[in-house]
Amino acid sequence: MININEVNETNEMIQKENLDVRTITMGISLMNRIDSDVDRLCERVYDKITKKAEKLVSTGEAIEAEYGIPIVNKRISVTPIGLVGASACKSPEDFVKIAHTLDRAAKQTGVNFIGGYTALVAKGMTDEEKLLIESIPEALNSTDRIMSSVVAGSTKTGINMDAVRLMGDIILKTAEATKDRDSLGCTKLVVLCNAPDDNPFMAGAFHGVTEPDVVINVGVSGPGVVKKALEKTHGADFRTLCETIKKTAFKVTRVGELVAQEASRRLGVPFGIIDLSLAPTPAIGDSVADILHEIGEEYAGAPGTTAALAMLNDQVKKGGIMAASGVGGLSGAFIPVSEDQGMIDAAVAGALTLEKLEAMTCVCSVGLDMIAIPGDTPATTIAGILADELALGMVNQKTTAARLIPVIGKGVGDHAEFGGLLGHAPIMPVNTFSCADFVNRKGRIPAPIHSFKN
Amino acid sequence: MEENRQRAIITVVGHDTVGIIAKVCTYLADNNINILDISQTIVSGYFNMMMITDLSGKNKHFADISSELEELGKEIGVLIKIQREDIFDEMHRI
Repeated sequence: MININEVNETNEMIQKENLDVRTITMGISLMNRIDSDVDRLCERVYDKITKKAEKLVSTGEAIEAEYGIPIVNKRISVTPIGLVGASACKSPEDFVKIAHTLDRAAKQTGVNFIGGYTALVAKGMTDEEKLLIESIPEALNSTDRIMSSVVAGSTKTGINMDAVRLMGDIILKTAEATKDRDSLGCTKLVVLCNAPDDNPFMAGAFHGVTEPDVVINVGVSGPGVVKKALEKTHGADFRTLCETIKKTAFKVTRVGELVAQEASRRLGVPFGIIDLSLAPTPAIGDSVADILHEIGEEYAGAPGTTAALAMLNDQVKKGGIMAASGVGGLSGAFIPVSEDQGMIDAAVAGALTLEKLEAMTCVCSVGLDMIAIPGDTPATTIAGILADELALGMVNQKTTAARLIPVIGKGVGDHAEFGGLLGHAPIMPVNTFSCADFVNRKGRIPAPIHSFKN
Repeated sequence: MEENRQRAIITVVGHDTVGIIAKVCTYLADNNINILDISQTIVSGYFNMMMITDLSGKNKHFADISSELEELGKEIGVLIKIQREDIFDEMHRI
């Protein structure tokens, strides 16, 4: 039988160390809502989302109350709209209509974000997918809860440089369209390589075409819990360090598994995967950078950070795998800047640079995340950074992504404020040498060789 | 498993005072909630109690019991929480 110490341990994790379930995300297929008339399509899409997710938020809240564990976000992901809208949309404005519909459906169901305003263009773009991408600045400017993603590369296909170049431009246009809010639109736009079909985390969540009609995916978290556990192993050897991380990740993930099973049972929707991630928030004590500090780095970004992060990421997976019945999504430590107070501090102190972050993304999920850069950064430079990040994913057979925010009207030394979970960030300097001649080449970077790995 | 679903852990934390257990137990008896186990300690003047209870005979919704216990806690000056037992089982038992 459970004893008082175990009960106290769990409740301290929840009350003092920010243990929570980060998100319950309901994936909903819209394939059977495709229509050649955009208005009818919108109606059918709205109808399906609001019916399937009608009880998502209330069920999440009931589980929270009964188990005493916060479930921070309830969200929805849908089939990439680049596919769903292809037969109906003849212009970017048509796609924006769908964006408004998704936004309305999100508000009706009470979820805080809906992901899937997405184009899958790793190898090439259809005309309609190009229209969707062109609609992104207006779609993100005129909605509140839409998350958009563009998959522009994969290990199997290479990198679609035409899409990457276009995205450099679209990111700047999105920043411009939302410049009155510190270019907030770009916090909801991510470019990915090797994007998973079952990711519950935003902004890259979409409901892949390989998925069932409706599914529940759950993202766990708990950087604060890991940090607290490591405080007790101060100065210990690596074996002890790794064991502690694994045990903690196991406990955190078991709670996620319980919540996932319970949500699936109550909603009558199959359970898909647990995403084993250390997802930070701007709250004090909920930081991945603080774990790196506890491991022995003065600041995140100091020499040794990449090795420490590689170890952390691997132990989280090793501990979490056994605790979950199905693992997927991004699964790893997230290293966003604006959403992690320790990362913000490291950037302000000058310990953390864009280049070091790029190196760190080689060993963890997911990529250059929530990084504010000067608003006058040229589109070609943004495309160059995107290409670099996608190349890391392509060659290393992992998911990588970039969510960059060129904050219009601000430069290095300024600070951008996004609010809530999206946090705030110092503007980080970008290498100012040009890569225009490189990114202006047409076509794609071919898929890498899958043998002779060095 | 179904049986376990009906079990809940009640924790009471706060300044020690006369009659905490009596008041909580009276509430549980009134609502037909059976107590299976109680453990209690005082840590540096703080009262810390855990009860394992069986809710199968309960005559109210979980949410109502939860908010009424919270209210009762406010009256006594302690923090009372009720949580389904599975969360502790899942975390601490393989």
